[in-house]
Amino acid sequence: MTKVKMIKNAVDRMVPTEINGVKQTSFKGVGKFKPNGKKAALPIRSCSDFPSDGNKIVKSLEDALKKCDLKNGMTISSHHHFRNGDLVMNQVFDIAAEKGVKGLRWFPSAAFPCHKLVIEHMKNGVVDWVEGSLNGPIGDYASHGNMNGTAILRSHGGRWQAVQDGEVHIDIAIIAAPTADAFGNATGDRGPSACGLLGFGLVDSIYADKVIVVTDNLVPFPCIPWQIQGQNVDYVVVLDKVGEPEKIISGTTKLTKSPDRLYIAELTAKFVQAAGIIKDGFSFQAGAGGTALAFAIFLKEMMKDAGVKARFIRGGSTKYLVDMLEEGLTDFILDGQTFDLEGVRSMRENHGHVNTSPFTSYNWHGKGNFASMLDTVVLGATEVDINFNANVVTHSDGKMLHGIGGWQNCLFSKCTILPIPAFRNRIPVIVDEVTTLVGPGELIDVIVTERGIAINPLRKDLIKATKDSGLPIRKIEEIKAEVDDLIGGPPAKPKLTDDVIGIVKWVDGTVIDSIYKIEN
Amino acid sequence: MAKSFISGTKGEKPRSDLRVKYTPSQKPLSISVKSTVETLFGKAIKQQAKYVCKDLQIKTGEIEIEDFGALPFVIVARLEAAIKQAHPDLQLESLPQMKDFCLYHSSRDRFRRSRLYLPGNQANLMLNAGIHKPDGIILDLEDSVSPSEKEDTRYIVRNALRSIDFYGAERMVRINQSELGLKDLEFIVPYNVHLILIPKVESAEEIKIIDERILEISKECDRKEPVFLMPIIESGRGILKALEIAEASSNIVALAIGLEDYTADLGVPRTAEGKESFFARSMIVNAARAAGVQAIDTVYSDVGNEIGLRESIREAKSLGFDGKGCIHPRQIKPMHEEFAPSIEEIEKAKKITLAFDEAEKKGLGVVSLGSKMIDPPVVKRALHTIDLAIASNLLNPDWKN
Repeated sequence: MTKVKMIKNAVDRMVPTEINGVKQTSFKGVGKFKPNGKKAALPIRSCSDFPSDGNKIVKSLEDALKKCDLKNGMTISSHHHFRNGDLVMNQVFDIAAEKGVKGLRWFPSAAFPCHKLVIEHMKNGVVDWVEGSLNGPIGDYASHGNMNGTAILRSHGGRWQAVQDGEVHIDIAIIAAPTADAFGNATGDRGPSACGLLGFGLVDSIYADKVIVVTDNLVPFPCIPWQIQGQNVDYVVVLDKVGEPEKIISGTTKLTKSPDRLYIAELTAKFVQAAGIIKDGFSFQAGAGGTALAFAIFLKEMMKDAGVKARFIRGGSTKYLVDMLEEGLTDFILDGQTFDLEGVRSMRENHGHVNTSPFTSYNWHGKGNFASMLDTVVLGATEVDINFNANVVTHSDGKMLHGIGGWQNCLFSKCTILPIPAFRNRIPVIVDEVTTLVGPGELIDVIVTERGIAINPLRKDLIKATKDSGLPIRKIEEIKAEVDDLIGGPPAKPKLTDDVIGIVKWVDGTVIDSIYKIEN
Repeated sequence: MAKSFISGTKGEKPRSDLRVKYTPSQKPLSISVKSTVETLFGKAIKQQAKYVCKDLQIKTGEIEIEDFGALPFVIVARLEAAIKQAHPDLQLESLPQMKDFCLYHSSRDRFRRSRLYLPGNQANLMLNAGIHKPDGIILDLEDSVSPSEKEDTRYIVRNALRSIDFYGAERMVRINQSELGLKDLEFIVPYNVHLILIPKVESAEEIKIIDERILEISKECDRKEPVFLMPIIESGRGILKALEIAEASSNIVALAIGLEDYTADLGVPRTAEGKESFFARSMIVNAARAAGVQAIDTVYSDVGNEIGLRESIREAKSLGFDGKGCIHPRQIKPMHEEFAPSIEEIEKAKKITLAFDEAEKKGLGVVSLGSKMIDPPVVKRALHTIDLAIASNLLNPDWKN
């Protein structure tokens, strides 16, 4: 919790000027902030300092950390491709604890319930704070303002930007790898702990001072494909087991059975069809949520009926997308993370199933990225206001929910659609003002609810294209009024304190909103 | 110790429902609220409880509310139900506002291809039911509600009829048998129920008693629109009296069959092939046609089996049924698709309809197509097919131009 000077940003939100001792820039508007200077870089290395036979294996994780000179206050990073099945990071912090190291910052691309041990390490001072997508118990812990530092929520692309801007300097990157060679080349698509790809660890491998690859499946050089290049790797550690691949399947990858959600998914697909988006060579992205998966299935049927083939689909891949690839309904899946084991298999077997990273897809400092090239993307949200601003990180009662993922980055697609139920258990989705503003309304084009479709008035083209479609297109205010009537008026606002427990970064590194501690 | 009265969901992970515990005493009224949406609606819930107590003139005792995101109409219903358990003779009511979208009417001959059964005590299933566009929505007071919850459920169904937009679906309620059913009527007839399903009917007399009671209540509440009736026949005796039942009231618009109870009555297992019920189903269709009402088939209970569902709908259609029951929204679309007329049927119906128009224009008493005379029932059937084709999006309403 930090008491610092707050200023109003370009979307009228109060944001701190400094967080965890680092000066912050407030959000200036979409595409308005462009920093100057050079990207961050690591010190010059020489291959003469590394074994000429290419064997970088050290005998234990402890040994590797010692050689990396693990000490107080360092930043340790990791990727989350094992999702809830990671077996490495708890060991890392246990070793740090044994060595009496204090004040570490953990910089994962995301933390999961399997990492809840780190809460103990935060209590005993080994870990100062966690900076990354916070899910489950760690998110809860941070929500209550217990973390010894302010949570910084970034998108997947924003994590890359933060490293390149030098906002976050990684001292030691731990890259758990399902298959690797002694040189440090590594891949996620094969081996007993196969998880698909390692794209979230790519930036860590390039920018960290020290890089440790940890594997349970050592193959003779060369490890092909090399999703992570050995040229970036300092040490290789071989363990009995690095991950439990059956746990990479998250609860969010189950197809919904709810008739209401299926209805919303079908309506979304019909909208995409009516808007003229489904045509040969088009592209789309649908996440792993139940409604998004159902959307992909409805879309698939429409594509089959119309004899249309996509050029590419952006994953998170699931077996549903793999089916489309294998049935010839798309040339490529450009995959950012595999959500199930069929995705892993396909990535290994199908030439058209390509591993990508936030660099190719989401990075603000890239010379372009894939997200903005997509014809349409469907995403979730907890709240949307009547100006189409949306929230994915807090509940309406102010509690922190989960990280941003690729959500902000995906908003740049040509047609961004949020299929969402108009209310959940009396809580309305369309509100006057979002609790936390994570996505500016100018980038959100369409809301699809079971009570109608609302198109952002800025998208006159979409309004015109779907005018005679027979779809239930309504003003967002009208849907809101209907729901407010049903639930007995809009809900009360949560009582929030002035204590900032987290900030939300925009994709360019500026601060778009603050998350406050809830009054007890 | 003071006795408490409880109305509420018994579910383990309840959603959109609540539990109300009312303990009458001489102490001033106290109301406590626990809720999964407490931050957002805790105050609103308490305020609402106060209004209900005011309506019912409850000034003492203790009310404890445990809420799981229930909508206002459910909160009011549960509160009233708990209070009335303690004071069964209390005549006062606490009625949520009757919404304008609850006031639309039905018609005798409207389609009844699909009618979605919803347990009367599960409000969460009602909220979006109309979005799936069934021809009718049945709020069930009978078999899907356990005996201990029958009374409480009446308040929820009554309030649902006043509060929920069913988006044009026919507003139906299945009442209980005998005395319980007659009492049910008081909770639905004044609130624009369109059609009442009467279960396990075995005689015309049962219909007449219900019809009379409906008439009395309609007079009391100044209801002008008729309440349509759909008797459900579920026994050997009922089947043998099918015609008599179908003709028992001019308010009957359809005759339905319930096969679970029927096969149990016969003492035979219900098979997928359905030989054991062929006679009964044929009787229903014949009695319905003789009485000039619709024939409605039983439900198909294997929700996950769409292929089986479609087969059973095609079979029902071939026997002469006009509709079936649904127990899940996903059954609605297959039902509308399968009950839709075929392209050949539509083409034939178009020709007959045009010939009928022609005869009307010329003032001819006889419709003929080429050299063939068309009987009036065939013409009526053709007009029905055209309506169905339009409703199924297979024919432009403007097809004659």
